[in-house]
Amino acid sequence: MDNINLGSIEKIPLGQGHCFIVENEEIAVFRPRAGGLYAVQNRCPHRNGPLAEGVIDACHVICPYHGHKFDLQTGRGAEKGETVKIYEVKEESGEIILKL
Amino acid sequence: MTRQRLVVIGNGMAGARVVEEILKRAPDLFEIIMFGAEPYGNYNRILLSDVLNGKEKPTDIFINPLSWYKENNITLHAGLRVLKIDRTNKVVVAMPVSRGAKPYDRNSTALPDDSQVSEPYDKVILATGSRPFIPLIEGWGAPGTFAFRTLDDCAQIEEYAKNCKRTAVIGGGLLGLEAARGLLTHGVQVTVIEAGPYLMNAQLDPEGGRLLKSTIEAMGIQVLCNTITTKIGAENNRITQLLFKDESTLETDMVVVSAGIRPMTEVAEDSNLAINKGILCNDQMRTSDHNIFAVGECVEHRGQLYGLVDPIWEQARVLADQITGVNPKSQYTGSKLATKLKVMGVELVSMGETEAKNPDDEIVVYREPKRGIYQKLIIRKNRLAGGILLGDTQAGNVLMQMFREETSLPKKRTELLFGGSNLPSLANAADLPDHAQICNCHGVSKTQIRDAIILQGCTSLNQVGQCTKAGKGCGSCKGLIVQLIQAYHGQVGYDPAEHYYVPGISLEKSQLIAAIKAKNLKSVSHVFQELASGVEDAASKVGLASLLRSIWNEEYQDERDARFINDRVHANIQRDGTFSVVPRIYGGVTSADELIRIGTVAKKYNVPMIKITGGQRIDLLGIKKEDLPHIWKDLGIPSGHAYTKAVRTVKSCVGTDFCRYGLGDSIKLAQEIEHKLQGIESPHKIKMAAAGCPRNCSEAYVKDVGVVAIEGGKWEIYVGGASGGTVRKGDLLATVETHEEVLKLVGRFIQYYREHAKYMERTYSFAERIGIDRLKGILIENEMGICKRLDEEIQKSAAAYVDPWKKESEEPLYPQQFEGPELVHVLQEAINNG
Repeated sequence: MDNINLGSIEKIPLGQGHCFIVENEEIAVFRPRAGGLYAVQNRCPHRNGPLAEGVIDACHVICPYHGHKFDLQTGRGAEKGETVKIYEVKEESGEIILKL
Repeated sequence: MTRQRLVVIGNGMAGARVVEEILKRAPDLFEIIMFGAEPYGNYNRILLSDVLNGKEKPTDIFINPLSWYKENNITLHAGLRVLKIDRTNKVVVAMPVSRGAKPYDRNSTALPDDSQVSEPYDKVILATGSRPFIPLIEGWGAPGTFAFRTLDDCAQIEEYAKNCKRTAVIGGGLLGLEAARGLLTHGVQVTVIEAGPYLMNAQLDPEGGRLLKSTIEAMGIQVLCNTITTKIGAENNRITQLLFKDESTLETDMVVVSAGIRPMTEVAEDSNLAINKGILCNDQMRTSDHNIFAVGECVEHRGQLYGLVDPIWEQARVLADQITGVNPKSQYTGSKLATKLKVMGVELVSMGETEAKNPDDEIVVYREPKRGIYQKLIIRKNRLAGGILLGDTQAGNVLMQMFREETSLPKKRTELLFGGSNLPSLANAADLPDHAQICNCHGVSKTQIRDAIILQGCTSLNQVGQCTKAGKGCGSCKGLIVQLIQAYHGQVGYDPAEHYYVPGISLEKSQLIAAIKAKNLKSVSHVFQELASGVEDAASKVGLASLLRSIWNEEYQDERDARFINDRVHANIQRDGTFSVVPRIYGGVTSADELIRIGTVAKKYNVPMIKITGGQRIDLLGIKKEDLPHIWKDLGIPSGHAYTKAVRTVKSCVGTDFCRYGLGDSIKLAQEIEHKLQGIESPHKIKMAAAGCPRNCSEAYVKDVGVVAIEGGKWEIYVGGASGGTVRKGDLLATVETHEEVLKLVGRFIQYYREHAKYMERTYSFAERIGIDRLKGILIENEMGICKRLDEEIQKSAAAYVDPWKKESEEPLYPQQFEGPELVHVLQEAINNG
């Protein structure tokens, strides 16, 4: 496991997500208003929608394309058989640290 | 805690259903013991005729196989007939049914002996059902005479028919015709004998009965009405003929009697419970003994006996509520009988009365004898008192609902049978093939929806939608889904969540608005804090943002995370993650300068596609998010709002400017409307048009709001039109003379829609839901005295309008607003160091 510093937490507007391309992987990192940081694969398994552009709450993201919903903690989708890959991510003194 | 002992007498459809209902409510409350006179688990008696005609195997019609009893720890005494309930010692006593005896015969058991079974009880449910009614006929009981009630009857009839050429069915009611249909497939000639003057006299009137007779005769079945059988003639132990009261005869090789049913009450009678025609029950489904309940065909409730499943399912629910104590207020108050049948392939809907009773009863009849169609409605005090739909039952589901709910009827009675603009579509989802796709947006088939209803227990639109996604796209299939729920479940469940404005806050729109105003909540996070204990809900944010904006106008505190991506960046996201840019072109009229600017921008930014839209505008497609603000700046044209739930376009035709037919200046009016109302947010998008004459070139009749010039210098205003997934001509709201009046009324309607429509409810369903008459009352007649306020509110919103492209191209709202994905350069060193 390698720690990657993605830069300042301020890169992600509060309550939104932002897409980082790391080692050819598109990773959506979310910063819920309720606190914490979450990272999942950016592409929705349904039709490739960019999850980073989705609306979130404390622990879910809704894909902007067709409204498919995913749990940010587990990656589990609300639709049968759909999951997204999750990544470990945390905030350290104002920086976003992703484990890859 | 020791479980109470519940003994259920009767293992037919009612008995098993009530046990299912009890297990649903309190799986551990009772130790359940069931007695059934038939040696099987529980089967669907309604499908017996399908077994007889070979369409179903006996095993196909089992509802609960023996394993179900085991899984639910139910002791089943199959093949035992209960003799009585010993109420003093609280014991139910039963005996095996003698070999070869009919389970419904009165003396089907041997004399009491050692094989007697006793089960102590705390509670008893009587679900003894009914037995076939056999009229007094000399010679009944001889070989070749059959009743038609059980699986065993079916097997015996089938076996015997193999050696017959001619069969007679006594009884021209539903059951008799079903038996005749079953026999028809066995290659025998079938005659139906009815004592009364016409077939199915419980469901039809004489004319309907006559029509059904000729339809059935055309299928090769002989029908004799007004014919009473007195004797069955036999020779050498084989039936030869029937003798009738009028001394005529009919040659036949076998006889099946299916002439109605009678409740089996002898267990109740021998246990000294109150009986009349059936076992007497109160509204709690209790008999005269507090610990003994009854359900199904054996019950007499408020003087009424029921033989159809719907009322019996309802009884079972109430009984379960009562016996488990889950809902002591639950009551059965009787059922309004409405049923949909298929008799020998002929469709029939029957409800309530079949004949007029009072002199001022209104009768509506439609006949089409060639196609075997007869429809009759009996209307009393503007409510449906009864109806017959024979041969064509398209209108059946809607009419049955109107009958059950005692809805007041449309003035035009033809709409009842043939549909009207304000009635739900009569297309009958239940008749569609199983593989038919119901939801075209999400590709959900009828089978998937049926499974959700039957297997997953979904009883409301919302639940079906959560389970299958059906109805969650454009929503135009919702009517069909409702029909399927009605067909498979009976009625559409009340799900309060369906009425919430957003799923995460348990308030309807008016309550939510009141709470927001009372607490002065101006941002979405503030609303969650105050009205949802601080718990955010992703699915609710977008709807709340739209609502807050229309309540507070410029006072609204914008939080972009609460908005859909389109509203964060004022452009419509496309399937490849790029965006589309649609500049506003008022009334569809542009200029050379604008076109040059659009062309220049398209070249400069390598726009891959420039497309004329359906809304008379120009769409630049395939734009990168990063380029959006620069393009807006270069264009210098306001946003067309083609990405949001707001006022979008006002199309126009060339009207009086150039057209030879133009009656009104549609271009000017369209531009005035668009200038006044552009970008105003609403529960869903609003597309409008102005037409210079009724030829409707700008399609104003099918817009959310459309105005049409007519001769005499007037404008008609239509609302609630649609030409998307749903196509609907708008309703005429008013006819006015000046542009000012048009602007005022259009604004007033839009403001009323903004205040009262559910989130994502288009004007076409809003106008249908409220009704054009009420809309006229409120918006034209000022019945509620709110017109002035509506006019002021829409004026305020219009005045607060700011072109988002102009504002945010000068300075993004936040630094990352138009940023795309960020490429992270990972240094090998950094990785190694961690």
